[in-house]
Amino acid sequence: MKAAVIVFPGSNREGDVLRALRASGAEAVKVWHAETELPPGTDLAVLPGGFSYGDYLRCGAIAGRAAVMDAVRAHAARGGLVLGICNGFQILCESGLLPGVLMRNANLRFLCHRQTLRVERADTAFTRAYAKDQVIDVCVAHGEGNYFADDETIRRIEGEGRVAFRYCNRAGETVTDANVNGSLNAIAGIYSEGHNVLGMMPHPENLIDDLVGGTDGRGLFESLARAA
Amino acid sequence: MRARVTVTLKSGVLDPQGKAIEGALRSLGVEGVASVRQGKVFDVELDAADQGEAEAALKAACERLLANTVIENYRVEIAS
Repeated sequence: MKAAVIVFPGSNREGDVLRALRASGAEAVKVWHAETELPPGTDLAVLPGGFSYGDYLRCGAIAGRAAVMDAVRAHAARGGLVLGICNGFQILCESGLLPGVLMRNANLRFLCHRQTLRVERADTAFTRAYAKDQVIDVCVAHGEGNYFADDETIRRIEGEGRVAFRYCNRAGETVTDANVNGSLNAIAGIYSEGHNVLGMMPHPENLIDDLVGGTDGRGLFESLARAA
Repeated sequence: MRARVTVTLKSGVLDPQGKAIEGALRSLGVEGVASVRQGKVFDVELDAADQGEAEAALKAACERLLANTVIENYRVEIAS
């Protein structure tokens, strides 16, 4: 598994993602946003969290139009894997690689806490190390994570099994209290049509080490390391 | 040529910021405010041969960057 972690001005979680990928056995390098090609043999492109371009205009809007995104789009069109975490998810939506948009959290607050997620399917390149309906512990840290799309898009992504994760309580129930940012259908992450592009708001890379409170995030990186 | 682009949320899209501002206006005692929706204004100076060329350039700017048409509408006004 060869991963390219794309760095934009204002990205700040690239180091954590690199560490999570390498700890799972993947090769991972950083790629600057002005590059027009991914390194040869790249299996996975990662858009890390942060505040690219200071969240100016809309979160992810300017990064979504960066030079390197044409290369990421071509990689995805070839069936290559793409992972966007937090600001990376916002960039994927803004670049048109994933449908919908991430709006201001319904309660208008920046959320930064531990959160439980339900794994909706365990048969993709991103989730094979988990079980379907497994409840995992992750961290959320965002101000704009409120997933929104028109009714037809929501029907389509639900119908095509493209919801990756939902916010839930410890029992795995998607109750209103657990839907921390007000996302439609408690959506925390979605796949592209081919299930090779995943965007998610929570940070699995925060929880890969017992030293900092848990390892539930490791499954995602282990799944990816085994995917190629 | 000078132009103003106004980007607003589509109706039906929840606007928590507008709601918060609406509540703040009420708590300030500003009367008669029924609702507030927040948007963005861009003042653009551009080199264009004529009105048609300017409109085309601004439409491209809105579609490609200034507005996210999933949730936003835009309006272009060119100063005569």
